[in-house]
Amino acid sequence: MGRRCVGGQRSNGAALMRVLVTGGTSMLGASVARILSERGDQVTLLQRSPSGSGLREILSDITDADAVSAAVANHHAVVHCAARVGVVGSAADFERTNVTGTRVLIEAMVRHGVERLVHVSSPSVAHSGAALVGVGAQPADPATARGHYSRTKAAAELLALASDVPAVVVIRPHLVWGPGDTQLIGRIVDRARAGRMALIGNGTALIDTTYIDNAADALVHALDRAPQLRGECLVVSNGEPRTVAELIERILRAAGISTRLRSVPASAARGAGAAAEKVWSATSRDDDPPMTRFLAEQLSTAHWFDQRRTRDLLEWQPQVTLTEGFERLAQWYAERA
Amino acid sequence: MTSVAVPFPLAGVDPAWSRTVSITDSDGITRTVHVLDSWNGRESGVPELTVLCVHGNPTWSYLWRRLVSLAPAQWRVVAVDQIGMGFSERTGSMRRLAQRIDDLGAITAALGIDGPVATVAHDWGGPVSLGWALAHPELLVGVVLTNTAVSQPPASPAPRLIRAVRSPGVLNAMTVRTQGFVRGTLRLGPHRMSAEIRQGFLAPYPTAQSREAIGDFVTDIPLDASHPSFAALDAVAEGVRGLQVPVLLAWGPSDPVFSDLYLNDLAQRMPHADVHRYVGASHLVTEDAPHAIPDILTWLSSLPSLSPLSSLSSLSPLPSLPSLPSLSPLSHRGHPSAHLARSDAPVVAADAPEARHDLLEGLRSRSRDESAAIVELGGSPRIVSWRELSATVDALAAGFMATGISAGDRVAVLIPPGADLTACVYACWRIGAVVVAVDAGLGVRGMGRALRSAAPRHLIAVGRGLALARAVRLSVSGQRILVGTATASSRALGADALLRDLIALGASTELPAAPYADAEAVVVFTSGATGPAKGVVYRHEALEAQRDALRALYSIEPDDALVAAFPPWAVLGPALSIATAVPDMDPTSPGTLTAPALADAVQAVKARLVWASPAAVRAVVETADELSPLQRIALEQVRLLMSAGAPVPLSLLERSLMVMPNADPHTPYGMTEALPISDISLSQLREAGIGNGVCVGWPVPGVTLRVDPLDSSGEPRGEPSDAVAVTGEICVNAPHLKDRYDRLWGTERAATTDDGWHRTGDVGHLDAEGRLWVEGRRQHVVSTDRGPVTPVAIEQAVERLPGIVHAAAVGVGPRGTEQLVVVVVTDEPTRQRSPLASLELLDQVRAAVTQVSVSTVLIRKSLPVDRRHNSKIDRQELAAWAADVLAGSGRTARR
Repeated sequence: MGRRCVGGQRSNGAALMRVLVTGGTSMLGASVARILSERGDQVTLLQRSPSGSGLREILSDITDADAVSAAVANHHAVVHCAARVGVVGSAADFERTNVTGTRVLIEAMVRHGVERLVHVSSPSVAHSGAALVGVGAQPADPATARGHYSRTKAAAELLALASDVPAVVVIRPHLVWGPGDTQLIGRIVDRARAGRMALIGNGTALIDTTYIDNAADALVHALDRAPQLRGECLVVSNGEPRTVAELIERILRAAGISTRLRSVPASAARGAGAAAEKVWSATSRDDDPPMTRFLAEQLSTAHWFDQRRTRDLLEWQPQVTLTEGFERLAQWYAERA
Repeated sequence: MTSVAVPFPLAGVDPAWSRTVSITDSDGITRTVHVLDSWNGRESGVPELTVLCVHGNPTWSYLWRRLVSLAPAQWRVVAVDQIGMGFSERTGSMRRLAQRIDDLGAITAALGIDGPVATVAHDWGGPVSLGWALAHPELLVGVVLTNTAVSQPPASPAPRLIRAVRSPGVLNAMTVRTQGFVRGTLRLGPHRMSAEIRQGFLAPYPTAQSREAIGDFVTDIPLDASHPSFAALDAVAEGVRGLQVPVLLAWGPSDPVFSDLYLNDLAQRMPHADVHRYVGASHLVTEDAPHAIPDILTWLSSLPSLSPLSSLSSLSPLPSLPSLPSLSPLSHRGHPSAHLARSDAPVVAADAPEARHDLLEGLRSRSRDESAAIVELGGSPRIVSWRELSATVDALAAGFMATGISAGDRVAVLIPPGADLTACVYACWRIGAVVVAVDAGLGVRGMGRALRSAAPRHLIAVGRGLALARAVRLSVSGQRILVGTATASSRALGADALLRDLIALGASTELPAAPYADAEAVVVFTSGATGPAKGVVYRHEALEAQRDALRALYSIEPDDALVAAFPPWAVLGPALSIATAVPDMDPTSPGTLTAPALADAVQAVKARLVWASPAAVRAVVETADELSPLQRIALEQVRLLMSAGAPVPLSLLERSLMVMPNADPHTPYGMTEALPISDISLSQLREAGIGNGVCVGWPVPGVTLRVDPLDSSGEPRGEPSDAVAVTGEICVNAPHLKDRYDRLWGTERAATTDDGWHRTGDVGHLDAEGRLWVEGRRQHVVSTDRGPVTPVAIEQAVERLPGIVHAAAVGVGPRGTEQLVVVVVTDEPTRQRSPLASLELLDQVRAAVTQVSVSTVLIRKSLPVDRRHNSKIDRQELAAWAADVLAGSGRTARR
């Protein structure tokens, strides 16, 4: 156990750790790394391009077995945030990063005896398209998950849970957002500025989201609790489901955009999504299409989760409410206006 | 011939229960019998209870699958397939009742069943199981019967039906050659049976050969004394009169064959039986009523011969059992477990109580008083003096006796408020008859249901009442007495006698002593706002206690007089020894009361008390400018206004002072099962201010209050206490509590705490001043992941926001992690199609509601309300609507 010691203790007496965070340039990876390093853990980042964080980092593709093995060596734990997200790309592209990448990482961990893995997954791995209302984390199923991303993340999650790493915890944060987020917030704001933002249906579907600080905090709790929670799989959210319409309006308001949202019937949105995917696929564009079937479903059916088990097991509570989150977002946009 | 292999899988049946047993029947032939046996394969151990289940025709032991699976492990549940039925042997010959009773005895012997045994039976399994029960008194500890019969009550339609089925050509075609009879039986219920359950019932009967016994069963029903099975059935029918063990009759009243007539016949043969009528359920009551099997298990678990703790603890994981009371001996009045003491039949106590002030005391004390006791201000005003009323009551009581109405008989009274109603009610009480009073506000259908549930023996009614009884097919075996004058149409409605003629009829009849304090006095009905109206039985002592509580609460003196604009209280004057005026209004429509009509009624008896529903008070306030100066002066003598029946807004009480300037407005809190529980005046309401819920004041004299705290999922913990500021189900104890729900054993059990207190179904808390606050209905508690949240305070907070007319707080999602959604009606009719509130309104509502995070706010044009009160918000419907909108179907329109 002495091996775990980096040479000190945190104020709460817990031993400091050497932690490898993959996907260190992603919003979530960067946040986790910052929290860990601020509390005294020794953090190494692993991703393809420099993060500018000032933390120790190794630049490599996650599928590069030698580089990953070298990066993993001499760490106590790994937080695996690296993933290919979005909808653009071939099945093979997603497979390579999400499945092969996870396999390479796990093999390296087993080889070097690294005992803790917090595997970041997504609630979409267990989602077959129906509304999710107050449910817990259901088993990942690559056969029914929708789209390359969800399918490959489902396979990766099963790999992680079946691995020989002794303490694996799978965390599925739902719709993470925050200042500087390019995936969700950035896209909504860009589209609204271009006058192309529309609500699917009336935007009445109730959905969970997760403010970035809460998601990162939950990952840190999962890391600390991994020896007790081995094999657990937990959905993480703010526990404050809101309608899609409210969420989008609040994001736009925070970004200082006043626009009336048009409404598009849900069926039409799904149709448009399917068409866009075909066009994007046929033309090999490398940006994301404006609408995808997956996104249309995500934004027109309820997705919210029972957080009781998550909070109990992680000994964690979201510290930033949605209201505070939107205030921080507004401040962030105000500073950039 | 032998039995057939059971074609598993069958929905709901564990193949491990299935076994066969060989018996030698009374002809000396070996027969193979199939049974479901929860202890199949168990080598050792003695069951705490054996539950012997016997199906009827044309079902099989499949009928009892839920009983087998839900019963505690220390009970052995054995459900037999009668010979020729289910997967038991086909004999190729007719099997009669007497032989079937013998068969069952041979089966229990072969299975080594040596008690204690409770029988559970359905349909023609009833006589078979009862035959077994009478033959095995040393083993028998309890009897449960569901939709069955032991005799043909006169006037029952079944003989005709059975004769029709038995007519040549029909019987074989329906029962044997086709599956018509089996499939028809499965279609009797109110809901369509699921395909897999239907397949389960049909499984043993694929071929004509497999169905022979179904036809034989119908043939074996004895309709007259010449039938070969008549003697056997008659022996059962007479034998059950001597049954000493507890009996439960669990009934589906919509059964076209075994109607209420058969239930009443059985109840009359076994007056100590507990009864539960599952309104809406039909012949297969255990399929139609989801609570029936859990209720039967609860009932069995409280059989006095069982060690209660062990059986109860293992029952706890049962679904849909609200809370299983344990068997504490602390009950202040007949505990539900003491079956014999909590009979559904009239009970006359053996130990005569002390001389006491009975309900007629107030009337008797003024029997020489020539002043007005009752003044009716309807079309043709009528004044009845105390002397007249007293004499009429005595004369009617004697007349009732002379015409055959006996102590304990139930008498339905369908008469509008006034002197005739009051006289009939007190005359019934005088002789110990039980008044069945249905509120016209239930509507024709609701009144019909209520009347049929109470099964009155006699009917006293105005012409309209007789017509209603006919329309709702109420059958009374005793007298139909018409109030009013005989007309051709009233004779056509079957009136046996005129009320006025009874006065002379009883001239030579001597009146008995006053009924005992614990004799039943009245069956009244709940509002029926949530499901069918429930009958509630009061005993004399409870009504006396209610009278005394009101007298003490409002310091009522004999020179007070009452205007009763709230029908139930029109009858109360004589008991309180105060004059009563019934104002000119439609008693079924409180909004028809006007201020001048109230003033005239006040003036007629110099009333100092007014009892009116909130709707009536509102109507009076709104017609105040129609008052003449003299009428205004008349209203100044009112010292006390009592308003109850629905939530009474503070503003309404304040406005009532414009009409009755010297009145102290009070609003008592209570319900059909217990009234009054607490009381608060206008000034006390002002003082209470804003809090968590509606302040309903202090408990009235004689009432003790407790609160059963809610657990994290919003269910009461079963630990009532008087702790302050703890939210839970309000539990009440008082001498003026109901005795029980009428023929609703399971409901009574669920609504009663361990020590016999009434669970009100309301949630609330006590404050440090000893006041009670009501926070909502138990089923409307929103069960969030931060614990239970009650709706009333949230709704009040939102309704205080500008522009909000109505608000309702509902939960969306699974219990334990529900999201709070507030649905509002705003004062501006917007044209937007989306039900979503603006961000501004969301912010306002979230700022107003600090208890919990409001997920969203939805806007509707109106809130759904129950039809009866037109005031209680139907939160269940609202929650379902909100859940549908927020699931994101994408095509939600604004309602």
